[in-house]
Amino acid sequence: MSLTSDGTEALVQPSTADVGDYLALMKPRVMSLVVFTALVGLVVAPGHVHPVIGFTAILCIAVGAGASAALNMWYDADIDALMTRTARRPIPAGRVQPGEALAFGVTLGTGAVVVLGLLVNWVAAALLAFTIFFYVVIYTAWLKRTTPQNIVIGGAAGAFPPMIGWAAATGTVSVEALLLFLVIFVWTPPHFWALSLYRADDYAKAGIPMLPVVAGPNETRRQIVLYSVLLLPVGVSPWLLGYAGAVYGAVALIAGVLMVALAWRVYGRTGAAGERAAKHLFAFSILYLVVLFAALLVEGLGGFAGRMPA
Amino acid sequence: MDERSPEDGVVLTEEQKRRRRARSLAIGLALGALALLFYVVTIVKLGPGVLVRPL
Repeated sequence: MSLTSDGTEALVQPSTADVGDYLALMKPRVMSLVVFTALVGLVVAPGHVHPVIGFTAILCIAVGAGASAALNMWYDADIDALMTRTARRPIPAGRVQPGEALAFGVTLGTGAVVVLGLLVNWVAAALLAFTIFFYVVIYTAWLKRTTPQNIVIGGAAGAFPPMIGWAAATGTVSVEALLLFLVIFVWTPPHFWALSLYRADDYAKAGIPMLPVVAGPNETRRQIVLYSVLLLPVGVSPWLLGYAGAVYGAVALIAGVLMVALAWRVYGRTGAAGERAAKHLFAFSILYLVVLFAALLVEGLGGFAGRMPA
Repeated sequence: MDERSPEDGVVLTEEQKRRRRARSLAIGLALGALALLFYVVTIVKLGPGVLVRPL
């Protein structure tokens, strides 16, 4: 940024981004949950997948998730700059230029879909493409700034990965894959609304119509309880319908009851105690998803071992 | 502060050069990994058929 004397400074902007800044564009923490749930979908699906093909599928899903994240940060740079939680992201912090993030996201997203299609199958690739489209266009560019139902509908994007994993293994989508989708879909609202309860000021500052901003914290607490109560039977349903074993059923039941209990504590409290309860619920909701899918993974691996010739 | 003429264009600082090198390296490694992935998947998909070819 040295050519300031003759007014040509806007012409060329050398990239100042480090490799780490590009990695941060892919939201690695969100990606880890995507990778995990996609892996579970892949493993619990019937039939045998060659480990190399399975690895390729997970890699493509991970890169596709990273591409979605980069495109999300490109589009949301203006509001990210206004919120303390996101102000240090690479674009608002000035470490990555918007155009770089856009090119990075488009390249990775296209590459992930094409490679998944060529090396695994086109059903999985089509689902991955739709997921990226849904997250970037439907959620980020449209719903996020227009309706308090943004994360309810947008949550579908986060619910697709296990279905893509399933499709990568079987080349199709079935009821079991739909149930995995449903678990994450119903889980998303209480998860995000717990977060938004103690980040409401941030969202209001950025003009995002999150539920606590639009309808107030009390209505948000009520909705959190409703969705947590709904999540309990949905979480247990793979076992009730005979697609998962007793281990999963027990884990889903216990975790579901705990989730409702924590949501109930959020409902009854305001002020500092309410904020603490919301943080507890947010932290537990992540654990909830991890243990449910871990139980499926353990059962899936066990079932797979059981089918192996002795 | 500047004795450079406009024809010199943009002159990168040492830090910017280091970061550009790191980015180039990362792109190179990613491309190499992609080539390796296609190679391995080709062998996996062909299986024993990898040896079957017209003489």
